[in-house]
Amino acid sequence: MSRSLSSSSRILAIAGNTFTDQVRQKVFLFLLIFSLMVIGCSSFLARFSFQEEFQMLKDVALGAMSLFLSFLAILAAAMLLPRDLEDRTIFTILSKPVPRHEYLLGKLLGVLAMLLLSTLVMGVLFLTVLLLREQSVILETRTTLAGSPQELVSALAEVRKSAFNWNLIPAMGILFAKASLIASLTLMISTFATSGIFAILMSATAYFIGHLQETAREYWLGGVDVHWWSRFFSALLALVFPDLQAFNLSDDIVVGKGLPMDVFWQTMALGGVYTVIYYLVACFLFQKREL
Amino acid sequence: MTGRVNPLRVLFAILFLGIAGSLILPWLIELQHLDRSAHFRSATLDLGLRERVGQAGFIAALSGFRAPVAAILWISAHGAWEKTEWGKMAALFDSVTALQPRVLLYWDIAAWHMAWNARASALQDLTQPSEVLRERSAAQYVALGRDFLERGIKNNPDQYLLYESLGRLAGLREVDHGAAADAYAKAASFKNAPPYLKRLAAYESSQTPGSEREAYDRLLSLYREGMQQRVPTLVTRLHEFEQKLGIPKDQWIDDSATRDPSNPLKAPKRLPP
Repeated sequence: MSRSLSSSSRILAIAGNTFTDQVRQKVFLFLLIFSLMVIGCSSFLARFSFQEEFQMLKDVALGAMSLFLSFLAILAAAMLLPRDLEDRTIFTILSKPVPRHEYLLGKLLGVLAMLLLSTLVMGVLFLTVLLLREQSVILETRTTLAGSPQELVSALAEVRKSAFNWNLIPAMGILFAKASLIASLTLMISTFATSGIFAILMSATAYFIGHLQETAREYWLGGVDVHWWSRFFSALLALVFPDLQAFNLSDDIVVGKGLPMDVFWQTMALGGVYTVIYYLVACFLFQKREL
Repeated sequence: MTGRVNPLRVLFAILFLGIAGSLILPWLIELQHLDRSAHFRSATLDLGLRERVGQAGFIAALSGFRAPVAAILWISAHGAWEKTEWGKMAALFDSVTALQPRVLLYWDIAAWHMAWNARASALQDLTQPSEVLRERSAAQYVALGRDFLERGIKNNPDQYLLYESLGRLAGLREVDHGAAADAYAKAASFKNAPPYLKRLAAYESSQTPGSEREAYDRLLSLYREGMQQRVPTLVTRLHEFEQKLGIPKDQWIDDSATRDPSNPLKAPKRLPP
């Protein structure tokens, strides 16, 4: 009991240090860019019809969230081990009775905490801008249609339907799940990478391949008459890389489609399973690595 | 970065990932089916899209950024509209709808720009002295608008909105009331369709030569649905048909409740439901 407690306190200490380190690196500055983008976008889009404005605001904001979270996950996780090796912190930590898997778990949790906070801040910012614009459009509509109450009711319903919908919140949860798996994948790559740059490049490549995994899988399983090596290569891609398209549900959510709860939970669970798998492989690779 | 990992370990790691991947595979396939049955992830990428959006756009679309790329192209299309560059607009709309085929708004507005704005601009194009050519060009834009709606319907067969727009285009731009009636009737057949679509189908049908009896029956059945459908246009059309088709007076509708008793000749008012 006390052993497991001390183990979790060690992991939490490493996670806390990693998180603090990320904050000191000023990674949250990207939030400034995000906020400028969303606010600038919302004022620029005011010249369109409200349906177009809300559609594009949601598309751009969720797209930017996905992009920033993915970049952040890759950059933060890729530099964890190289930086610790460079400033020799890793030797100080691992010379104490800290198993390597605990060290990696602490590092990963630190990055995940940073990603979670980023998702929350970006989400709150985006929803605030969306709600403010919605209120502004509602006010304009009320003023314009003050004389015809029947039309006003249907117009207001249309404005509300086009702006906020509750499915945007699970959509952000799915973006976080995707970023978590990318962080774990990058950490795994960094355990055998020869440099931070190499880890970033490899992770970026895996990111692109991950988006094509579904296509490779369909090619492999679709019974297309091709060379055996082509099928083998497709199978390899489909099995080794994560299916990142499974996490791209926000395009359809923005349109207003209801996200079934079983789809949401299965997608979140898929993200969790991938994160655990990559963490386990990272532990396996890092266990006997010469430092 | 110092240190090395035994290559054999890397090989084992890949093997492990392959095994884990094969265990996850059935789940991925099931999740994909689940997503598609809920109308998620149904948009596909093809080489035609690569030609339309360019390499950078295609890579962005491949990386899961279809929606932002579509939004940026839509803004470009808006810029082209301000300069009345209709050809460029059509090409941009084509790319946007290819990237986001499930967004009804894009199909609908693209069709409206083509069939209404571009058509009007072609008819008023003073650089084209021949009226025949102006009309021909206008008709081509209407056809382009129809094409957007038909492709939109093909991609979104579960939504009524584009059928409604098709009905509007057929009735107002192509003056084909039969086709308009069919499109409105199709739109009205959806569970979540607003009640006015049934009326629009009946109005269009009432303007189709040779189908007066059918139109009368349609209007009457709507009238019998209750106060919600008894709007002034419907009541007036019914009276027109009662006279035109020689319906016996005792079978005429009794719309006294919807008329102003102080001025019976005035068009009937709509009662609150």
